[in-house]
Amino acid sequence: MKARVFVTLKPGVLDPQGKAIHHALEGLGFSGISDVRAGKLIELDLADGTSEADIEAMCRKLLANTVIENFRIEQVVA
Amino acid sequence: MKSAVIVFPGSNCDRDLAVAIEAVTGRAPAMVWHRDTELPDGVGLIGIPGGFSYGDYLRSGAMAARSPVMQAVVEAAGRGVPVLGICNGFQVLTEAGLLPGALMRNAGLSFICRSVPLTVENSQSIFTSAYRSGEEIAFPVAHHDGNYQADSDTLDRLEGQGRIAFRYAESVNGSARQIAGIVNGAGNVLGLMPHPERAFEPAHGGTDGRRLFEGLLEAVA
Repeated sequence: MKARVFVTLKPGVLDPQGKAIHHALEGLGFSGISDVRAGKLIELDLADGTSEADIEAMCRKLLANTVIENFRIEQVVA
Repeated sequence: MKSAVIVFPGSNCDRDLAVAIEAVTGRAPAMVWHRDTELPDGVGLIGIPGGFSYGDYLRSGAMAARSPVMQAVVEAAGRGVPVLGICNGFQVLTEAGLLPGALMRNAGLSFICRSVPLTVENSQSIFTSAYRSGEEIAFPVAHHDGNYQADSDTLDRLEGQGRIAFRYAESVNGSARQIAGIVNGAGNVLGLMPHPERAFEPAHGGTDGRRLFEGLLEAVA
């Protein structure tokens, strides 16, 4: 089985990378962008039967820093 | 005094830190590899050096904080052993949960490498006893992820409990409340982004950092 973990900065946490991307997009002439936030996608290839709780523990212990980041788990059906 | 410097793959200030510690303690620290699970018996000071442990993969300090040796560091910190984390060492200490908050990408996105003015906020800690509160000193910084952030309750608590050891005396990297270094609640763990071990000899351009090590030795000896 596979799972995708999306790690994103919590709302309100300054995202200098997102800001830089925003400026670069505007520099290319794209308009109408009100905000850009950059995050991470982590793909996990897991033993069948790995529980949601196990994946959540992976997120809390390592994949996300919950001081500044949120995470969302998406199980991928083969 | 027995001391130890933790070495991760990608550490690059471990020898500078060892030289500084040896200069004040008269004894070379044990260099402890990240895969070791024990610290030397009777260790009286642990240094977590600067660098780019594990290539800053995932987040700066994230992988190092979960390496085997950190279990022993967390235990020693719990027993009251002084722990000094500089630059990447500060990032490791926040990721390991020994200090609150997180160090994020510098607000201006640039890697910053220069000497910066700092204000000593609290000279009561074992790490700052050789300074006067309010004194302005200068240490070099060399970091990409030095932008200290925590929620406002945590920041208020740090201020209220006198746990902000050093503040930038000018805007440097976007850190909340210009925080450059903080101590834990028990006062035996300091994390700071600027490098006292790089302001140690006159040839470094300044010796303000030497007093941190001298004061620490005097405070714990």
